[in-house]
Amino acid sequence: MTFGAATEGGEREPDLRVDGSWVGAPVTRKEDPRLLTGGAQFVDDIHLPRMLHAAFVRSTVASGRITSVDLSRVLEVPGVVAAFTAEDLHLGDITPRLDRPAEEHTETSMPILARERVRFVGEPVAVVLADDPYAAEDGIEAAEVTYDVTPPVLSEVQALAAGANAVHDEAPGNVLLDVSMFATDGIDDVFAEAPCVVHVRASTGRQNALPLETRGVVAGWDPRAQQLLVQTCTQVPHQVRTALAGSLGMAESAVRVLVPDMGGGFGIKCVVGREEIAVAAAATRVRRPVKWIEDRKDSLSASFLAREQRYDARAAFDETGRILGLDVDVLCDMGAYSCYPFTVGIEPLMASSEMPGVYRVPAYRVRGRAIATNKAPTAPYRGVSRPQHVMVMERLVERAARELGLDPLEVRRRNLITVFPYTGVNNVTYDPGSYLESLNLCERVITDEGWYETKRTAAEQGRFLGIGYACFNERTGYGSDAFAKRKMQAVPGFDISEIRMDTAGSVVVTTGTMSHGQSHETTMAQIVADKLGLPLDKVRIQQGDTDRVTYGWGSFASRSITIGGTAVALAAGNLGGKLVELGAHLLETQRDNVELADEGVRQRDDPSRALSYQDIADVAYLKSHLLPKDTEPGLQASASFDGVGDGTFSNASHGVVVELHRDTGRVEILRYVCVEDCGVAINPQVVDGQARGGIAQGIAGALFEKVTYDDNGEPSAASFLDYKVPTACEIPDVSMHHLETPCLFTDNGAKGAGEGGTIGAPAAVLNAVNDALRPTGVELNDTPITPQQVFDALTGALEVAP
Amino acid sequence: MKPPPFTYHRARDVQGAADLVAELGEDAKFLAGGQSLIPMMNFRLARPEHLIDIGRLRELSFVDARADSLRVGSLSTHRAVETADLGAGFAVVRDTMRWIGHLPIRARGTVGGSLAHADATAEWCLLAVLLDADIVVAGSGGRRRTIAAREAFLGFYTTVLEEDELIVEVLFGRPAPHAAVTEFAERKGDFALVSAAVDLDLGAGTVSGGRVALGGVGPAVTRVPEAEQVLQAGGRAGRELFEECAHAAAAAVEPPEDGDAGTEYRKALVRNLVIHACEEAVAR
Repeated sequence: MTFGAATEGGEREPDLRVDGSWVGAPVTRKEDPRLLTGGAQFVDDIHLPRMLHAAFVRSTVASGRITSVDLSRVLEVPGVVAAFTAEDLHLGDITPRLDRPAEEHTETSMPILARERVRFVGEPVAVVLADDPYAAEDGIEAAEVTYDVTPPVLSEVQALAAGANAVHDEAPGNVLLDVSMFATDGIDDVFAEAPCVVHVRASTGRQNALPLETRGVVAGWDPRAQQLLVQTCTQVPHQVRTALAGSLGMAESAVRVLVPDMGGGFGIKCVVGREEIAVAAAATRVRRPVKWIEDRKDSLSASFLAREQRYDARAAFDETGRILGLDVDVLCDMGAYSCYPFTVGIEPLMASSEMPGVYRVPAYRVRGRAIATNKAPTAPYRGVSRPQHVMVMERLVERAARELGLDPLEVRRRNLITVFPYTGVNNVTYDPGSYLESLNLCERVITDEGWYETKRTAAEQGRFLGIGYACFNERTGYGSDAFAKRKMQAVPGFDISEIRMDTAGSVVVTTGTMSHGQSHETTMAQIVADKLGLPLDKVRIQQGDTDRVTYGWGSFASRSITIGGTAVALAAGNLGGKLVELGAHLLETQRDNVELADEGVRQRDDPSRALSYQDIADVAYLKSHLLPKDTEPGLQASASFDGVGDGTFSNASHGVVVELHRDTGRVEILRYVCVEDCGVAINPQVVDGQARGGIAQGIAGALFEKVTYDDNGEPSAASFLDYKVPTACEIPDVSMHHLETPCLFTDNGAKGAGEGGTIGAPAAVLNAVNDALRPTGVELNDTPITPQQVFDALTGALEVAP
Repeated sequence: MKPPPFTYHRARDVQGAADLVAELGEDAKFLAGGQSLIPMMNFRLARPEHLIDIGRLRELSFVDARADSLRVGSLSTHRAVETADLGAGFAVVRDTMRWIGHLPIRARGTVGGSLAHADATAEWCLLAVLLDADIVVAGSGGRRRTIAAREAFLGFYTTVLEEDELIVEVLFGRPAPHAAVTEFAERKGDFALVSAAVDLDLGAGTVSGGRVALGGVGPAVTRVPEAEQVLQAGGRAGRELFEECAHAAAAAVEPPEDGDAGTEYRKALVRNLVIHACEEAVAR
């Protein structure tokens, strides 16, 4: 791919591709100048007159009944203005719904402020409003809450034990979801007769998605609009409005959700937070704006977490390494509450449906369970279960290769799906991808860089180098049909876009998706600019305003460019149609004799006859009497788009080289190669950024991060001292390579690119570590891997060495 | 993560600071670079009612490196030391700075603050103990005294400093051309799981004595006489001697078991890090 050179004289304008299209060009992000020069406006940058600051009195016990809440001393604290309990605010609970039978799913509710019971340390019990955040924190210290403490349930083992305390009375066994979505007839015989059966038991650490910007909201009553104005950093503005209106008992039209710049979300912000609602309710009570900015301690301990799963997985193989069957039991520790709108099913349903991944699996059985525990609740986190179940699947493949004495890459090649479309045993139809090609390229890069040679040499020196791979796909662009299979009562999928051209020939385009760092303002503008032949600076994207944008589903599940991007393309196309029609009328020629060119409409048979967009807008707005009789004034259009079939699958192969330091047990990543295929990359630079950031989060899960609790359920990793988010020093540079298998149903062939990096990294890192550990005979399957585990494994090896 | 209310005082001179803290008593704390105190206050783990900001006492910010001695003012930042030319005799002090936190922390954190905070893995405590530094403190009423670093650190965040005493400088009186500090932590900039420091008496490839200090193996940084005896017995500077020294060091300590690491693992780290430190010290 070649790109046009930047023009001289510091002009930023065209990083256009040489073929003249914006789509596919690594355009400099439109967001960057303001982000890099302090011009961005995040929630915490909003300062309103008379604004108060909120802090939450939070439960200090993991499980118990509230016996008393006394806020009288809170109100005596200097600077404190008000304090409210659940009883004061009378808010409706959030009850995420799944249309599944009672034997599969137990519905539970999350109160906005805890009433009667608390279910995790950090659960909000009361909200304190004060003149500044310092006084608000002084206020929460003065609250007196007493509890009748009950023994907490802190692991899936405790949760499932006979006689365990019930986190929710409705679910006495603490199982909130228990689904067996697939069970191929005769699968037991397949396993009984298979020449090779491998087993992997794995557990994965609880993690925090860790956006740089924590959650936050500014809410206040707008007397002029007669609306509750809620400025909040969310990936799903309309869903926040729906939940807010429902909980406060207001009409949705009486609530406006506005989203400022966002410093990341990664899923933690695609669910509705109870703090958002409590703050909005408190603001309406005091008739003053209220700000709440979550601090890092609360963010680490009391927001939404993810990823804590336990797998018991078996796979059957024939002698040549072909997969015969897959049998999986996955337990997901979802914590204390089900999240809205995704529910407690988010991880077990994803694992159940997607576990076979890129491989041909003829027989499949899966049981997925969501378990309630007395820990902070969970939400989707970038990759949603796939970082875990891909890791387990890849471990099964590696184990089989060892058992059968085969090359693990050869075992993969024998099982990868290569003929598309492919309908799997999981009833999912996969659109074309480059599963085999990406693996081959990944291996070639690692080989050509000499890493196999380096590994051999290192082994001779008694060093421990390992090379590991992961192959995976990522379902993106879920439409409403695909989402409906999950049986959430609120079914996401479509997106609606509206476009308006002004008298200057510039356009404003709405999207129901919500950038929280992905730069929609750039990539969506590239799409629209191509459709209308406009320069980028004449396209403005509008998002994150429930009054100005038609009901949308926000950004999650790598849906923005596939669904939202196609909607804006179609809307732009419709506007283009209108421009053609008006242009033809004004040029007094046939519609099919004109085309869009040079920011205008020109006659095909006589290009000298042309009208600029400005000329046409001039008529549409200022001389509308010149319009055809049946034509409405103005230049606007809209379109909607919904994902097709089972969505579109991006795919990638990751290759990792690690060295294990035997003096300390440290895992050092020497090389990271990513070959990704997200179809047509609208902006390769943005795709690279997505992959790199995702890989960092995946490595974090493999080697560093784990949310831990003490025996009382008190979070023991509530600062970055103990929650070991890796820094730039621990994350290697990533060698990025691209393949392009276009999506057949999105407007420009793009597939989603938001989550892939995160999905592949844990598996690839774990496989590399285990490859390095091969001389010791030790295999590690639980994450995060600690230096001490590696050290212990290596020390054993040193002892048995001759 | 906002501190409770406190009264802010800004010191104009060392004496005034010491006198004021004597007057205010145990509810007062000195504020230097704030890299430990402020986070502790934000978590409300430290709740001083008075903060006495000594940040403007420029006379405490100096690095005076000579061939046979090194004086570092207590308000010098780690970064100031990291970027100073300390000569061959004290290069180990400069080179150890890179182990302290991250650059922004080193740019604000101070030598005196680190010594007074007395974390069990603090690099300045380790250096001071290893190199038999003297810590000069000023007290109220014009008192001054010098504390031998080896007697300064009593346990978890505990020193022999009186409530009214302020560290003014640390004095390294013995050049250490063959010394080295090394650490292991899961992430760069973390508090070390274990840190090891050695200072060898080395001549013509032969070790005739030396000092060994460890961090992260107990409530305070500590010297390890058992390992120093091995160096005292002497021998050719090489793997054999260093391994013996390292084994003696590991055998002499009983590090704590915690969520990050077990006792045996920490002992193994002691062994391996002491060997590394010895090898680095010889190579210097």
